[in-house]
Amino acid sequence: MSADLAHDLQRKTGERAAPLAFRARAVLALGPAASLGGVVWALVQPWRLTLLHPHAQGIWWLLGEAPLYVVLVGVLFRLLLAPGIVEDMQERA
Amino acid sequence: MIVARLMPPAEMVHWWFATGFLTLGLLLVAEALVGRETWTARPWRRYLWPGLLFFLGVAMWPVMTFYTNSTIHMIAHGSWAQVLMLAGGAELGLARGKLRSPYWRLCTTLAMLVSGAALLAHEQQPWLFARAPFLHHALGWTIVGGSVFPLLQAFRPRSVVAAAGFAATVIAVSVMLYSDRDIAPIFGHLSPYAGVQHR
Repeated sequence: MSADLAHDLQRKTGERAAPLAFRARAVLALGPAASLGGVVWALVQPWRLTLLHPHAQGIWWLLGEAPLYVVLVGVLFRLLLAPGIVEDMQERA
Repeated sequence: MIVARLMPPAEMVHWWFATGFLTLGLLLVAEALVGRETWTARPWRRYLWPGLLFFLGVAMWPVMTFYTNSTIHMIAHGSWAQVLMLAGGAELGLARGKLRSPYWRLCTTLAMLVSGAALLAHEQQPWLFARAPFLHHALGWTIVGGSVFPLLQAFRPRSVVAAAGFAATVIAVSVMLYSDRDIAPIFGHLSPYAGVQHR
């Protein structure tokens, strides 16, 4: 194979791989982005986390930690779903 | 009275549904990013978001039973339960391959139109009466507007714009549901008729 052809092939492969890598990174970033949203919410409205001041709170207010729900959804998505999705993307590339 | 004390506040139920819609939104965004073929590479994954949609419809029934204090509220919650189950069922049928026509996606369009209309119709107060009425109006119009995306998907199943728009609509619904409070001001407005501000 001539050097010109090899360079051309490498360039074309790079062009094809670039969007895939971006999409893979985007899938991997979805969960952390959601979790970050929950963390920011908790910092902006710390009174929403009744676990930080649990005295005289009823059971529902101790369970109703909405910012933590957001963090949890992000963490679970990142740990349970994202790796498999990226793996399938790479297999199909 | 005892049952009312045992039940969680209504705003928490909204947050639980918000969590369901956030999960649904993340799944839809991921599918829009990687494409239908990659998403369905593992058979169990194709049932994830249609199953969640169906489950949200099932979960709406106890909300209708225990949280509605007027006929119009009961009808609204009952209609959400039915159309969520219809949309989830149709999407499950499409995922399984039992349903083949992409026009079954029109069930999701119908679900969004009915849900949005129910939100708008059962809210009796103006936008700035309090937080909850504002969110009812905003949710209603967002969902009615967002129904264009599954409509587009019925005719162009591979449209990335339609898939991304549908996912964005679901995430917007999630954010608005998380914003719900039983009695709270909106942009500094709280009608004296709304009651005493909650937390």
